[in-house]
Amino acid sequence: MSWIGDTVDSIKSIQIRQLLTQGVSLGMIVTSALIIWKALMCITGSESPVVVVLSESMEPGFKRGDILFLHMSKEPIRAGEIVVFNVDGREIPIVHRVIKVHERQDTGEVDVLTKGDNNPGDDRLLYAQGQHWLQRQHIMGRAVGFLPYVGWVTIIMTEKPIIKYILIGALGLLVITSKD
Amino acid sequence: MHSFGYRLNALLTFAVTILALMCAIASLSDNFNTPSPSAEIQITNINWFQKQPQGNDEVSLTMNISADLQSLFTWNTKQVFIFVAAEYETPKNSLNQVSLWDAIIPAKEHAKFWIHTSNKYRFVDQGNNLRGKEFNLTLHWHVMPKTGKMFADKIVMTGYSLPEEYR
Repeated sequence: MSWIGDTVDSIKSIQIRQLLTQGVSLGMIVTSALIIWKALMCITGSESPVVVVLSESMEPGFKRGDILFLHMSKEPIRAGEIVVFNVDGREIPIVHRVIKVHERQDTGEVDVLTKGDNNPGDDRLLYAQGQHWLQRQHIMGRAVGFLPYVGWVTIIMTEKPIIKYILIGALGLLVITSKD
Repeated sequence: MHSFGYRLNALLTFAVTILALMCAIASLSDNFNTPSPSAEIQITNINWFQKQPQGNDEVSLTMNISADLQSLFTWNTKQVFIFVAAEYETPKNSLNQVSLWDAIIPAKEHAKFWIHTSNKYRFVDQGNNLRGKEFNLTLHWHVMPKTGKMFADKIVMTGYSLPEEYR
């Protein structure tokens, strides 16, 4: 347990230059994470290249806490694809499967209806008032791959924000008191 | 350099990296599987064919669906989602895809089946173009893995058509 003594010693002996250096390295870590995120947004063509599954509406395929990798290409939307979309006025994106497609002859624009695999009915109830179909602009991406369980970290941090603060506080303390 | 904190950090980083690598390899192993599924759909009856008050045509039909999708399953497969869609063209729409029925196959034993069913979802057109319409029935499948990349494909069966008159 001597690391507690070490920690207290190192807090007492903080020098300005060392502090600034560590501040810069912390900043570097944060900005490289941001760069990776933005690069992923460019590569996948989607505003949100990774989403966490929040509801049970796609069980047993996707459970709460899974993460989905999204990709948005120019190819037309077809029945069976699992898409992530935002309804006007709702923040949280929804991940469901396309069950109906009507594509216009002249413009190539498309009307799409979605449904969660585990839901009894289609998503018309979820769409905005008076909206019967989704169009391409509502769709953020198609799910192309997934990893189970990894998203629980995000769910816990969103639903119990105190854990987020504890984690950031502990990380900050670790960075400040580390000897190199 | 050899404190508890550093050792824990190194151990956790290594564990997460190895786990990610195993998930990637599991997903890659799915590429070695060459599936050879087969399916057949017969329309046994057109139950009714009406124009709705809003002006859209609607059909209710009963089908026999038989399929053998066992070759789609690998050790990394969690489930296979299948659905039957009617595809057709109208003057207004270059493509219409309407899902009529779907199912989840949780394991290889259930992947060879025969079912007699009416359409689970309503077959409604955008407009009243369905009289005498020729359409394809496609059986789509989506392989959802335990981890990694999802695969999807379909079988297109042509030669179906709707009656010339409402009934």
